[in-house]
Amino acid sequence: MSSGDYRDRPVRRYVLTGGRAAPTRNAIRPETLVTAVPSGRSLPVSASREERALLGICRRLLSLAEAAVHLDLPVSVVVVVASDLVDSGYLSVRSPAPPAVSRAVLEELLNGLRKLC
Amino acid sequence: MDSANSADGYDDSGRYLPATVEQSAKILVVGPFGVGKTTLIGSVSEIAPLRTEETMTSASVGVDDLAGLDDKTSTTVAMDFGRITVSSRLVLYLFGTPGQRRFWDLWEGLAEGAVGALVMVDTRRLERSFEVFDQLETHTAALPFAVAVNRFPGSRPYGPDHLREALDLPPGTPVSDCDARNRPSSVTALITLVQHALTAQKVPS
Repeated sequence: MSSGDYRDRPVRRYVLTGGRAAPTRNAIRPETLVTAVPSGRSLPVSASREERALLGICRRLLSLAEAAVHLDLPVSVVVVVASDLVDSGYLSVRSPAPPAVSRAVLEELLNGLRKLC
Repeated sequence: MDSANSADGYDDSGRYLPATVEQSAKILVVGPFGVGKTTLIGSVSEIAPLRTEETMTSASVGVDDLAGLDDKTSTTVAMDFGRITVSSRLVLYLFGTPGQRRFWDLWEGLAEGAVGALVMVDTRRLERSFEVFDQLETHTAALPFAVAVNRFPGSRPYGPDHLREALDLPPGTPVSDCDARNRPSSVTALITLVQHALTAQKVPS
């Protein structure tokens, strides 16, 4: 790695995520649906710009992948930031990701897709 | 992206999901560059396909790929995705990913919990899909997949059996023709995959 490396991004990813490459919860994925917890509690002054931006865009229901695109951040960064906000109670995950897709979901998917034909 | 006007006061109608949605599911749309992944996603998605990018450093690219590229220590990998709200409580995401498994790791948890993978194939360049199938069979063996042959002008009309043999597919893998530009055709390809995933679950354990 040379110092020329610094050109590709103004701020290195590990700065945005506090030095971590992986989220604290592995159930958080690009398709995970999140919303801001409507508590009225504001973020501490120490909160990062990315945390504020993510919480702002998640005032209504959205997947993390979509939030990342709208914020112009890599999904990998948003997943880590979201994980922190969930841990601190500012962001809420709609439903925890199941380890495997259930039959009920597959059937619901099938019915929904058939209506599109 | 054309979905937002500005950071403040933008028109966000259509950006957010209905408040009734409780769960998300995802399907990976996999295939080599130029096979029509984004076209298929765009033909069925309720939002214009969105693009996300990740930076891959030399450590994850692998030495071979960088041979001869002196200054290239990082490369950008893009992924396009779309969304279909299939019912008042369920939303489906379609992630169009490059074929190589190592790219999937750039998007945290991308392959985990997926319904399955729709593998798009261009019969004019069949050999470019070999790596995709190899990855699916060796690294993500639990992930059901179906093959959608995107018909390009000038492509040879291989029959499903011929393709099955040429690609050495596991028995029972659905192979069907698809016009990625055409919504009903793309939806049918997705239905075939979901049906296959359901059948795979029926196998007694």
